[in-house]
Amino acid sequence: MNYGFLNIYWRDMIRFVRFRTMLISSLLQPALWLAFFGIAMSSSFDQLMAGVPVPSGVHAVGYLTFMAAGIIAMTTLFTSLFGGMIILFDKNWGLMREIMASPMPRDHVIIGIGLSGMTKSFIQALIIMVFGIAIGAGFFVGYGAFQIALAVFGILLFVGVFSLGFLFLSAGIAISMETPEGMQGIMMLMTMPIFFASNALYPIDAFPEFLRVISMYNPMTLLINGIRYFAIGPDFLALGKYYAYTSTDIILSFAGLLVFAVLMYAFAWWRFKKAVVT
Amino acid sequence: MAETSGEQDREIIIVKNLEYTYGDAKAVEGISFSVKKGEIFSFLGPNGAGKSTVINVLITLLALQKGEASVAGFDVTREPQKVRESIGIVFQEITLDRDMTVWEILEFHGKLYSMPHAERRARIEELITLVQLGGKRNIRIKHLSGGMKRRLEIARGLMTRPKVLFLDEPTIGLDPQTRMRMWEYIKNVNKSGTTIFLTTHYMDEADQLSDRISIIDHGKIIITGTNWELKNTLGQDLIYLETSNNSTAIRALTNLPSVKDIKEKTKGILVMVNDDGTKVLPVMMDILRESGITISTVNLKKPSMDDVFIYYTGKEIRDEPVGKSSIISLRPGGN
Repeated sequence: MNYGFLNIYWRDMIRFVRFRTMLISSLLQPALWLAFFGIAMSSSFDQLMAGVPVPSGVHAVGYLTFMAAGIIAMTTLFTSLFGGMIILFDKNWGLMREIMASPMPRDHVIIGIGLSGMTKSFIQALIIMVFGIAIGAGFFVGYGAFQIALAVFGILLFVGVFSLGFLFLSAGIAISMETPEGMQGIMMLMTMPIFFASNALYPIDAFPEFLRVISMYNPMTLLINGIRYFAIGPDFLALGKYYAYTSTDIILSFAGLLVFAVLMYAFAWWRFKKAVVT
Repeated sequence: MAETSGEQDREIIIVKNLEYTYGDAKAVEGISFSVKKGEIFSFLGPNGAGKSTVINVLITLLALQKGEASVAGFDVTREPQKVRESIGIVFQEITLDRDMTVWEILEFHGKLYSMPHAERRARIEELITLVQLGGKRNIRIKHLSGGMKRRLEIARGLMTRPKVLFLDEPTIGLDPQTRMRMWEYIKNVNKSGTTIFLTTHYMDEADQLSDRISIIDHGKIIITGTNWELKNTLGQDLIYLETSNNSTAIRALTNLPSVKDIKEKTKGILVMVNDDGTKVLPVMMDILRESGITISTVNLKKPSMDDVFIYYTGKEIRDEPVGKSSIISLRPGGN
């Protein structure tokens, strides 16, 4: 058994901790989203929704609670999509040659970068949860300690698989690209539809049919289903819409994410096999 | 160079009819050579001659397109993994992560090659001492000088006790003193048993370090031999003359028995002689005087690697760092 991926992981984490500005900005960014966008949007939405009657027995949540799950997903998406960028830099700075000329199997680069990116996403997700709760997001309301632990575990499981999928995609693109600018362009093009064609900030039911279908199978939506299920509960009312997740829904969402991650791994592996680094 | 079958087992790199094409551009055009176990073998050629392409094929970063190549007894196409395990590489540019420490660079490299923990740690200490970076163990790469970085890269190349160490332009961009010190390191590494394959476009580097040299240009090997063999192909001495009529002078001297070859230069002529130049020169001067030719400049010297290179490739390698003169720019006291 070759543990080369742990070596790649170790190096990437060293870099993460050492680049102070990168570390701090990656931790501050999600908090700022919550603080500014979250509070601004939730105060106006909650005002709009104030007149809407809540049926009895239904758990109604404010917009901040609703979108906090979206912010966790968004942060994970951004961090993961750009997580492979380091491979491009390694390639351009010649550092990748040391790795490519070594006996370590090349898929370990993909796995190592995937795991370190996942770790970063875990840290960010936890920060958003803590900060979100601190500014009033209704996560884990009425949960006991064990339930909270279980819910956090569930959220991280979803976040983990989702981030791996996008890290693999990112790694596959990075090893094929020549310039960071080109890669940035592709990433920007991708983040838009993935983020907005999802239930991160609003319900998708009112979308036109084709967009609704795309949004339903968007890994982003699958991730957010999971986060809301674990953080808020199986059924709740938000933005005047009643959400109810069965455990089958959640298992299917998770399965969808797994399929996505496996496909992206296959893509990355194919790109790495074709890659020529000199 | 030795191509007899009896020598096969002592040859650690064998390349036959290697060709490499980037798109339409042929970078390597049918190169064959072999490197013997324990020697320092150099590819000497200008930038763009195809040196790095050959190295990249041998270290398995580029797939072999045409021909055959084996390193340490393993075919680069069939057993690239085995080749990778047998070699160490120092790349042309610095390939060190600026934000890692000296120790971390070596640790990372050892792990890349799955070296066991105890062996890895012991080897790191050994190499840090060897390249005199003991005090810099926990310093980040960005704070090291160019020479220190190069030394660290050589240490890294040696981490896994490779059978062959590839050095692609190992002293490029270093100041003359640092280069001399690098040569010492390279010689010491070789003495302890590592075969070294080196590419360079520095004449003095190839001359000083190598057991054998291949001059390479336009993707072809032009000549291979020890530095003395190469120099001797130009004769025993070189005599440079500037005369009132160079073409007549050439005609007058061509038939002298000790004259091997004469080349016309921009301002003068260069005569390669098989005899002691100090004896031949007076004879030549007499002949020219009898032909009514006056001589304005004379210079006598031993052939240098620069002369060999210019003779075989017809050009000078630019980008010489230490201001060495060559025949073309011969001046009294030059070289």
